[in-house]
Amino acid sequence: MNIMKSEIGMMVVFTIVILTMPLWLAPIGAGYPDLLQKFAIFGLFAIGYNILFGLTGYLSFGHAAFLGIGSYAAVWSFKLLTMNVLPAILFGVVCSGIFAFCIGYVSLRRSGIYFSILTLAFAQMSYNLAYSVLTPITNGETGLQLTINDPRILDAAVTSATGLPSTTLFGLSMSGYSGFYFCAVVLIIGFFIALRISRSPFGLVLKGIKSNQTRMKYTGFNTRPYMITAFVISGMYAGLAGSLMAVTDPLAGAERMQWTASGEVVLMTILGGAGTLVGPVLGAGLIKYFENIFSAFNDKSLHELFSFLPEILENGVVAIIRPFVGEGWHLMLGLLFMLIIIFLPGGVMKGIDRIKTKFGSKSEKPAEQSE
Amino acid sequence: MKQPKINRRDVLKGGAALGLAGAAPMFFTRNAYAASYLNDPGNAATVTLGFNVPQTGAYADEGADELRAYELAVQHINGEGDGGMLNTMQPSALKGNGILGKKVEYVTGDTQTKSDAARASAKRMIEKDGAVMITGGSSSGVAIAVQGLCQEAGVIFMAGLTHSNDTTGKDKRRNGFRHFFNGYMSGQALGPVLEKAYGKERNAYHLTADYTWGWTQEASIKASTENIGWKTNNTVKTPVGAGDFSQYITPVLNSGADTLILNHYGKDMINSLTQAVQFGLRDKNVNGNDFVIVVPLYSRLMAQGAGENVKGIFGSTNWHWSLPDEGSQAFVKSFGQAYGFPPSQAAHTCYVQALLYADACERAGTFMPCEVVGALEGHKFDGMGNGPTEYRAEDHQCFKDVLVVKGKENPSSQFDVLEVVEVTPRAQVEYAPDNEFFAGGDLGPCNNGSA
Repeated sequence: MNIMKSEIGMMVVFTIVILTMPLWLAPIGAGYPDLLQKFAIFGLFAIGYNILFGLTGYLSFGHAAFLGIGSYAAVWSFKLLTMNVLPAILFGVVCSGIFAFCIGYVSLRRSGIYFSILTLAFAQMSYNLAYSVLTPITNGETGLQLTINDPRILDAAVTSATGLPSTTLFGLSMSGYSGFYFCAVVLIIGFFIALRISRSPFGLVLKGIKSNQTRMKYTGFNTRPYMITAFVISGMYAGLAGSLMAVTDPLAGAERMQWTASGEVVLMTILGGAGTLVGPVLGAGLIKYFENIFSAFNDKSLHELFSFLPEILENGVVAIIRPFVGEGWHLMLGLLFMLIIIFLPGGVMKGIDRIKTKFGSKSEKPAEQSE
Repeated sequence: MKQPKINRRDVLKGGAALGLAGAAPMFFTRNAYAASYLNDPGNAATVTLGFNVPQTGAYADEGADELRAYELAVQHINGEGDGGMLNTMQPSALKGNGILGKKVEYVTGDTQTKSDAARASAKRMIEKDGAVMITGGSSSGVAIAVQGLCQEAGVIFMAGLTHSNDTTGKDKRRNGFRHFFNGYMSGQALGPVLEKAYGKERNAYHLTADYTWGWTQEASIKASTENIGWKTNNTVKTPVGAGDFSQYITPVLNSGADTLILNHYGKDMINSLTQAVQFGLRDKNVNGNDFVIVVPLYSRLMAQGAGENVKGIFGSTNWHWSLPDEGSQAFVKSFGQAYGFPPSQAAHTCYVQALLYADACERAGTFMPCEVVGALEGHKFDGMGNGPTEYRAEDHQCFKDVLVVKGKENPSSQFDVLEVVEVTPRAQVEYAPDNEFFAGGDLGPCNNGSA
């Protein structure tokens, strides 16, 4: 009963926090649909990644491949079948699940660094295939886009034939805020599933694999099916995130599969707190915020920001900050990442835990304990 | 000490519920203030434009120069500085008091030369900053992706440097406009010049950047060189931003080709050309011909980056700072005064696009995209550095003269690296809208966006 209660409580709080994002993110300049959609989508991606990395400790460097496959599958569904988003999502998740099974089946024969390198190699292979070899399917570097002349078999009867159609959920347009709320609902469902998984016997097995796989094997457990299942589930999460990217913006590009994109989700998970449930969502939000907001600063906007200071001081402050924003936003992110790794090895969630213990919150133990 | 029994969760829940209740009116009445088009500046004193350029990646040099040009254009439109091309543009409805009396503000973003990042950054400008027009880009892949986005969102897109046939060909959109020339025009302009310089008996090997621009330029150049009797030995695609091209250049040595055509741009072209020269290609003699290299799309920034290696190499360009006409000189003068060096062709096309947009709004009397589209379609203008120019209504492509240039043998300064060999007249590079290189697209209807 106690667990159920905390679970319901956690879901209620999470739901409310996610659905009210447009409100509480507005003051820090992030309350616009595109970024909110990105928060939800990459949150989902990181949650799925965490099922593999956080629970079993297997560091995959190839998850961007599944993200890309989900996107391509969804865009093809828009091109060939219908502009309705549900078939696209289904198609994206199934395709990436199949791919995850194939890649996982081979990669999971090894563990540790060899596993990481294998997944990296597969992801790079998929990227290069999408980039040049499979150009007829992926349209290479230009990216797969919708055109007016696409067949769209299921829509053919009802098209109005004026301009490019947009993605819909039974008539509800999937751009702007409605797109965000759709992604948010999917994120909440995905979060709930991840919560259930991590507290199920299956989740316990995964945690057991992380703490000592050899011992698990000696006690008679065949860990391989569990590993493959975890890998496929997290690949399907990535495919879901990828298809949502195509839903909110019907374009799929090969750069989504590049190793930097795989590295990004590792950063998100570690930054937020690997193994925790909320951490990856937080980490995803942080990184996307940096990418979209800090990269947009230029000299002019910085000067406006610090115009309350005396002019000499203003110029000084701007000169110091300038290299870290605009085109140098990666520097800022790197600095933040270093600080967190050095002082808070458990990620942002660890920091929140520490603050809680410091101020002696007696209410209850943190809902989700990190390691 | 006794504390009231309110735990943290209750506070959180209560707070969140309050927030949700408070937010509700915002969502349900958002459309109550609906304007007739997206990001209508209404009675505001300013209007916001979005400058979306690559600040990182293989085309970052061009991007930086584009941004400089945009800043200059905004100054001139707002009536600051010496006015630049505002004084030479004909016809011009601009008064030097902003656009339609509103001061021009701008926001910037980094495309990273990636479609995803470029679209995210353009969306931010449209959704958060309220930009009525997006412009910029230094890669056709990005230009096509962002043009598609602007069409869906309902704002005007004024393409920056994009040379692919597809931008105004199979991927053209009603809300998108391109001032820059394209691969087909390069082919038409270069063909006769190459024939005169290198004869009819040539065997060409293409190295091509592997995306829409590379593909269409390769096809255009191939068609035009085969037209003058050249043979095509091989066409090899190379990834954008490869850095090291030696694995692609080595096979050229033994291929039997006597001409290397580099369909590369930006840092890629600098690297591939430098390596080709280092490998001794230009010192070779094949089939009785001296080995030559051709770079169909040239820019002064690239020529500068490649240094000595560009001497004597032919290519085409949209504009060059040494042009003697009044408009070019006015632009070079104000750009030079502001930044201390002459502008590149990327800077020129972006500057002109910003001015053309401002002028079109002024003539249309509104920022409404469909009206602006109407004002730009079929618009004829002069005094912007390319002679008489027309925005063709059928495909939103500018038609004007094309420059064939050559790397200068004796440069007088570090910027004086290209010389104009021939100004190919518009008639020679013009084509029908349904030309085979451009067929398959549809402008579709214009989109005002939903406010």
